[in-house]
Amino acid sequence: MKKLVYVDNNATTRVAPEALEAMLPYFTELYGNPSSMHTFGGQLYKKINQAREQVASLIGASPQEIIFTSGGTESDNAAIRGTLEANPDKKHIITTRVEHPAVLNLCQYLAQNGYEVTELGVDSQGLLDLDELHGAIRDDTVLITIMYANNETGVIFPVEEIGQIAREKGITFHCDAIQAVGKLPLDMGKSTMDMISLSGHKLHAPKGVGALYIRKGVRFKPFMLGGHHENNRRAGTENVPSIIGLGMACELARKYLPEEQTKVRKLRDKLENLVLNQMLNSRLNGHKILRLPNTTNISFEYVEGEAILLLLNEVGICASSGSACTSGSLEPSHVLRAMGVPFTAAHGSIRFSLSRYNTEEEVNYIVGHIPPIIRRLKEISPYSAEIEELELKAAARK
Amino acid sequence: MWDYTDKVKDYFLHPRNVGEIKDADAVGEVGAIACGDALRLYLKLDKKNGNRIADAKFKTFGCGSAIASASALTEMVMGKTLEEAEKITNQDIADFLGGLPPEKMHCSVMGKEALESAIANYRGYKAAPTEEGAIVCKCFGITDVKIERVVRENRLTTVEQVTNYCKAGGGCKSCHPDIQGIIDKVWEKEVKPVAVPAKPRKMSNLRKMQLIQETIERDIRPVLMMDGGDMDLIDVDGNTVYVSFRGSCAECAGSRVTLKSTVEAKLREFVTEELVVEEVNQ
Repeated sequence: MKKLVYVDNNATTRVAPEALEAMLPYFTELYGNPSSMHTFGGQLYKKINQAREQVASLIGASPQEIIFTSGGTESDNAAIRGTLEANPDKKHIITTRVEHPAVLNLCQYLAQNGYEVTELGVDSQGLLDLDELHGAIRDDTVLITIMYANNETGVIFPVEEIGQIAREKGITFHCDAIQAVGKLPLDMGKSTMDMISLSGHKLHAPKGVGALYIRKGVRFKPFMLGGHHENNRRAGTENVPSIIGLGMACELARKYLPEEQTKVRKLRDKLENLVLNQMLNSRLNGHKILRLPNTTNISFEYVEGEAILLLLNEVGICASSGSACTSGSLEPSHVLRAMGVPFTAAHGSIRFSLSRYNTEEEVNYIVGHIPPIIRRLKEISPYSAEIEELELKAAARK
Repeated sequence: MWDYTDKVKDYFLHPRNVGEIKDADAVGEVGAIACGDALRLYLKLDKKNGNRIADAKFKTFGCGSAIASASALTEMVMGKTLEEAEKITNQDIADFLGGLPPEKMHCSVMGKEALESAIANYRGYKAAPTEEGAIVCKCFGITDVKIERVVRENRLTTVEQVTNYCKAGGGCKSCHPDIQGIIDKVWEKEVKPVAVPAKPRKMSNLRKMQLIQETIERDIRPVLMMDGGDMDLIDVDGNTVYVSFRGSCAECAGSRVTLKSTVEAKLREFVTEELVVEEVNQ
């Protein structure tokens, strides 16, 4: 098989072998419906609740506060729409300009359908200004929905402070924690967050399953209507095998959580430092410290991101880019634009996102392949003179 | 992931004619780093051989298809006179590469523009004529003249297509109504003189045929083509119009519904209420 170095774990992750193993019987012999009266189906109800305990345990919640969904996007939709419907008198929502499309596009839709939405900006490091949040709060603010960690840059927001502000004003705070769960320790028992979304396939469970945490006592109306599943909070026959897989993946994430801060962070730092030192036209996007341990977003100025990705792909390296050409929208990533990253750099941004399955050998492989790829594209580029000038300046600074 | 043809991949991974020509006779330059792609094209003419293009080289900043389109262009112009090269369209560049994804057609347009810019440079103009006009899309600096041209040359009917071909409207989207206005103007202008005084009570067979053809071209085919289909007018016998469907329309089980609802309704609206449409299998 062709060599494969997968460093696109913020897009999706490989299913942990233990999670797959746990799921298999539920595709074959144990195919019952957990809602059935007979033991054959009904016994699965217990299995689902065990998985619920595994998920709750990873984030320090009680199992009754977890509902299973079809994934991160559904969790975000259910949290936001469910909150609005439970509080119909208030019409103002606060979010940020750097949210995932699951939140951003929903909020933009709501803004055209009777709601007012305030999008908070970020600074050049990708950080929020909490004074701006304070200023945005109104009497009719019903919901604050802000992500925990950014999927493109890995930058972490001060979610506990945001939750504190929301709590003081009696506003529901939903946090899209999809990139954070499994990478950062969470303890909902002590947290100020009212709702958090999580997604299975970002933490080594399969695609098509996720969960929504709803703190006990928080007003919420179900988004999916139908049967009495999930304690009347999410209708639809449970996706039993995937829920079992998610439970196992959460148990593993809890076990390996310390590795994220040690092994994964060390690999990420090595990759980042070697690339930034070797390539004089490169720069880091996002705050260096307030960041997920697995993510690095590096721009190669005056070199185009899709072309870099295609050449990385030729040597089996899977990464992603915030370049316009890869987004299908003609403009570079909304996150990098919100940070004011110059166009010369935004078009050449590459995100590497690691997982506990990556190795040092893989990092060395990537670091070895980047210089010839950048050199090759530099030779094709009409901006080679600009790159050389930039490199001379960078060399002088060192 | 983009669905690039093998030829696009080949011309990206092994680009032909990369570089500069120091004593070039013509240099064309289009695009900007802010837009995400830019192309510089160099041409060297053979004065002894009827001013044919003896060498062409390029430098590109951009995605895989931008590099492939530029490289393809240099091969296509080699050996041609400027007059012959001028006839190359952006569609020719895309065809040479075995097609481009719709969202990437602007890469072929960039190639065509670089060629025009180089020819204008040789002939002593400061810039290609497309540079004139009023800016419609502020995000990408695209003028009404350029939009009108891609609409006409590529028979575009939707704002989305215009964005794919020249990027206009791909940013803040506030210019979408203006782009739609240009599309409407282009297609209205060409058919209006005959189409507006529609539905005369008694019409000659020749007039009826003419109106049927115009209605199909203007109101029916663009709609079908948006869904990947197309149709041909086969014959008109009295008030019965025989048509045949192509592409996705031909395979589509719902094509009889389309046939009745869209085609007949449009023809009755613009030509005469008495028309009946029949499908012919070719």
